[in-house]
Amino acid sequence: MEDILTRMGDGQRITMPASQVKAELLAGTKDAADRGKVPELTSSELKQLFEIIADKNRVVTVEPGEEIVLTDDLSCVRHSGDEGAAGGVGIPITRLQAILVHERSYAQDSAVFQVPYGSGGNIQRVKEKIEIDMQAHETVSLLATIPMFYTLAPAVLWYFRPSGPYKNPSDLLPRGKIREAQEASEKAAERLTEDVVYIGKKMYSIGCDAFNLDTSASGGDAEFYSNLNIVSKLKQAAPHMAIEMGMSGEFILGVHTEMTFDGQRLAGMYPHQQVKVAEAAGVDIFGPVINTKSSKSFAWNLARAVTFVKQTVAVSNIPVHVNAGMGVCSIPMHPTPPIDCVSRMAKAMVQIAKIDGL
Amino acid sequence: MGDPFGMPITHGMVAGMGGIRTAGDLVMWMQMTRKMRLPEAKQYVAEKLKVAPLDLVDECVMRDVRQDLGIGTITAIAGVHRGIAAKRRIGELLGIEINSVNKMWHKS
Repeated sequence: MEDILTRMGDGQRITMPASQVKAELLAGTKDAADRGKVPELTSSELKQLFEIIADKNRVVTVEPGEEIVLTDDLSCVRHSGDEGAAGGVGIPITRLQAILVHERSYAQDSAVFQVPYGSGGNIQRVKEKIEIDMQAHETVSLLATIPMFYTLAPAVLWYFRPSGPYKNPSDLLPRGKIREAQEASEKAAERLTEDVVYIGKKMYSIGCDAFNLDTSASGGDAEFYSNLNIVSKLKQAAPHMAIEMGMSGEFILGVHTEMTFDGQRLAGMYPHQQVKVAEAAGVDIFGPVINTKSSKSFAWNLARAVTFVKQTVAVSNIPVHVNAGMGVCSIPMHPTPPIDCVSRMAKAMVQIAKIDGL
Repeated sequence: MGDPFGMPITHGMVAGMGGIRTAGDLVMWMQMTRKMRLPEAKQYVAEKLKVAPLDLVDECVMRDVRQDLGIGTITAIAGVHRGIAAKRRIGELLGIEINSVNKMWHKS
């Protein structure tokens, strides 16, 4: 068999003998199984993954009847933004126009109305300008037929100095001030919860159909704790607003280390554990993330990601929409993700991991 | 994250249900409002539309179904329901509460 054309995790094109691709797949699933204490992929699943990677076509697809639904985090800023944060293409169209393009030109199943691009994601700034988004969201909602999510990134880091009022754990921990760092994390988490619940209630009041907590737990376990509490409170206050929780990484970093939710310690959780606390909080759709390692091959990354996601789907009682953007779930870390890898990742996740969406 | 061609367009072509071009938005509503897993959501929507599950992704079937039911078509046809009007009919068809309809349609 001739060498297989594939890629590294940074997008670089390489060729690899079939035996090496198979070895990479095996190594990837073993790595996931070892770290997450989840089952490895079976030999037939590894064979199926190999066939997906070795397929000579530029793009591969699922079979009729296997199609899944799509959610995302950037519909309304992907066109007008710059490359840096969104893979944006610099077309100066409004958020409304961008969403209609997603609905009617890209045939997406949902779209996202996001905070103004210049706010930098700082929740405190979003809260100050929420009336702008409320009325803009109303206008878009009148015209869009597909479900629309209001998306924000509920990040705890904005509440630490220098941006926020609380001492920064990254300054306190190296000085051995562990309890002080934990207290700062707890206070910041509480403030973050209050602010995002305020925003959520405001959006619900004007008819927002869904809320997307994007890049959840990027600040570690205290942030994850806050995000879960946001969901619990909003499910009470906004019963007809669906909530999607999209994660930021495969592993919950223990900055606080002792935060718990529903009796479970959050630090150290992998996706199949994250989804259970998300369910307990009331999340409607869960989006796991597996980090792509750019120094490893696409095959290694793909097997690893499918192993984690397959277990997450198996234990979940809610829909699982795997995060499928650049740099996650085996898609190479590159602002123009190679479509050969994107298509293979989608096919593998649908056919082997049995996801409910991307 | 990623450019439109690399992300939503590729995912849509490779694995997506197709939104209002077919029945992807309807399946999406069932995941959102009832936490239905994909097979259950497809079955539920197919039964409500009185089509076979495979027809949910057949644009040649769904375009006419959507126009007849007034639940929005991807191509622009004057007089056909779209936006909030289509969502109101989707809510009634699927038996679900849609917040935007509750807040905006009924306000009028």
